[in-house]
Amino acid sequence: MLRQLITALSLLCLSTLALAADAVAQTEKQATNWHAIIMFCIFVAMTMGITYWAASRTKSTSDFYTAGGGITGFQNGLAIAGDYMSAATLLGLTAMVYTQGYDGYIYMLCFFAGWPVILFLMAERLRNLGKFTFSDITAYRLDQGKVRTMAAISSLTVVCFYLIAQMVGAGQLIKLLFGLEYNTAIFAVGILMMVYVTFGGMVATTWVQIIKACMLLSGGTLVMFLAMSEFGFSFTNLLEKATAVHKLGDKLMYPGALLKDPVTAISLGLGLMFGTAGLPHILMRFFTVTDAKEARKSVLYASGFVAYFFNVIFLMGLAGILIVGQNPEFFEGGTVGGKLIGGGNMVAMHLAKAVGGNMLLGFLAAVAFATILAVVSGLALAGASAISHDIYARVIMKGQASEATEIRVSKIATICLGAVAIVLGILFEKQNIAFMVGLAFGVAAAANFPVLILSMYWKGLTTRGALFGGYGGLVSAVLFVLFSKSVWVDVLGNQAALFPYTQPALFAMPIAFLLAFFFSKTDSSVRAGQEIEAFDDQYVRAQTGFGAASASNH
Amino acid sequence: MSSAMYERMRANPKFQDLVARRGRFAWTLAFIVLAMFYGFVMVVAFNPLSLGQPIAEGSKVTVGVAVELFMFIFFWVLTAVYVKRANSEFDALTQEIVKEAWKENK
Repeated sequence: MLRQLITALSLLCLSTLALAADAVAQTEKQATNWHAIIMFCIFVAMTMGITYWAASRTKSTSDFYTAGGGITGFQNGLAIAGDYMSAATLLGLTAMVYTQGYDGYIYMLCFFAGWPVILFLMAERLRNLGKFTFSDITAYRLDQGKVRTMAAISSLTVVCFYLIAQMVGAGQLIKLLFGLEYNTAIFAVGILMMVYVTFGGMVATTWVQIIKACMLLSGGTLVMFLAMSEFGFSFTNLLEKATAVHKLGDKLMYPGALLKDPVTAISLGLGLMFGTAGLPHILMRFFTVTDAKEARKSVLYASGFVAYFFNVIFLMGLAGILIVGQNPEFFEGGTVGGKLIGGGNMVAMHLAKAVGGNMLLGFLAAVAFATILAVVSGLALAGASAISHDIYARVIMKGQASEATEIRVSKIATICLGAVAIVLGILFEKQNIAFMVGLAFGVAAAANFPVLILSMYWKGLTTRGALFGGYGGLVSAVLFVLFSKSVWVDVLGNQAALFPYTQPALFAMPIAFLLAFFFSKTDSSVRAGQEIEAFDDQYVRAQTGFGAASASNH
Repeated sequence: MSSAMYERMRANPKFQDLVARRGRFAWTLAFIVLAMFYGFVMVVAFNPLSLGQPIAEGSKVTVGVAVELFMFIFFWVLTAVYVKRANSEFDALTQEIVKEAWKENK
């Protein structure tokens, strides 16, 4: 029971996927919300204008993949924060604080703590070594064909699972927030995403993300401000009133069931921290800035926005306990303490309505949907660049492809990914897909991260080691999730799980590291010797940025 | 050409100095964050009650809330400290190293 609760809670926040999982069982189409639809249309109109502008500036591969490296640290910080704060952050975490109190706050710290570590140990090396995709770094001194193929496979695995999660989430959200059909959302998200990415490339994708991040930050802040004004802007006042009415009572501000099991706690912490550092669409953001200096600044701004917003959500959740939780208007049948209208994830939305009326509700609903659209676009671009830059240009054409054909392949790949996302979104509508975000983070942490960090820090890594480590991490992360309760029991209907934990990171990451270490150490080929020797030059470039891909001039 | 440049930079004592100083600084900060974060996770897992104590008699604000708010702020301050030092001191040193390598090149 406890483990189920932990699983449920951990997945709840990982992305909209969880939202979807929660929603699959309980969302029913709500009345059509015209405020939200109109505001969302305004957002689409704005972003289309930007895409039109961006299209004229997207000519070279560098423009397409990394906006020509011309994004500033501040803009990129907003975009990273936008990539990181999904609709589930807003809805799922507010709901979690509303029901679990302090546990939600602990969860948010887990999400946040990875960022400083990424800055200290990875940001500048990523920028100095990478060009378009993170495989540029892992394949820097290793066998291009084999290592890029492996990195592209694991990137696409992460992207696909994440896409399904987001698409199903979008379909469920549109029923809930806009009162429209599931398939409307799938097609709207799929088609808009194709337009942003194929015409505007990284420039448009980044600006969509920046606008959305600003909307999310301002919308959340406004709701929090209006809600806090009802408590005289006093945190202690809010807390006293909230503990007085909440069913947990004084236990509201105690750590609850969330992290009772140390193995799950550590595994979750590792998965979130290093999964973030292995997500292809996040890593790609480090190549859109001019140099290492701006890359560092982006993390500073991004982590500032994320930390700020998590604290806003904490206050929103607590205020929701009183403003939403005590108001019969928001409960089915008008019974306080019963089932919230639209399900548990609606706390943030009900709070917006209570403090700001239909306009604010519409705004926040539009923000939630815009969030999915922006995240999906970033994912599609990351997936498309794995196909066109890694597989097509480097593996198939061996670096001989012209920029024009590479961009064309990228655009075709984006349209294919969009089509795949639409089909999968429809296929998975009624499926229990709660495991997919866990899987995406697990693969990112176990397949992408170990090879990436070893290639930057460990001289002894060879192609053979990288391949064993990467594929080993990929396969073990997938198998651990497959045999865990969330797939083996919940999806496949077996009696008992073969693997007792739901978070794969603590187990799959060491497997990847050990395989990479063992097969590098025992690799005595001539090629391995050359690869080890090549580390010295790579190391100087990683440290100084000399020879790094620079910003193109516009 | 490139490789010769890298060779010269590597031979520059300033490069060793940069790598040692920045490495020490980055790992120290990373260690502080990791130790505090996983230490906190351990307390949550093994001694949750200690986090449930009120910070003052009769207050509803618990130690856990205060500790966590502190970590949010402190971690962010650490990132600011790192960015400040890296973007001034370390970047200046890096530029010197690259410039000296170019000069030798001529």
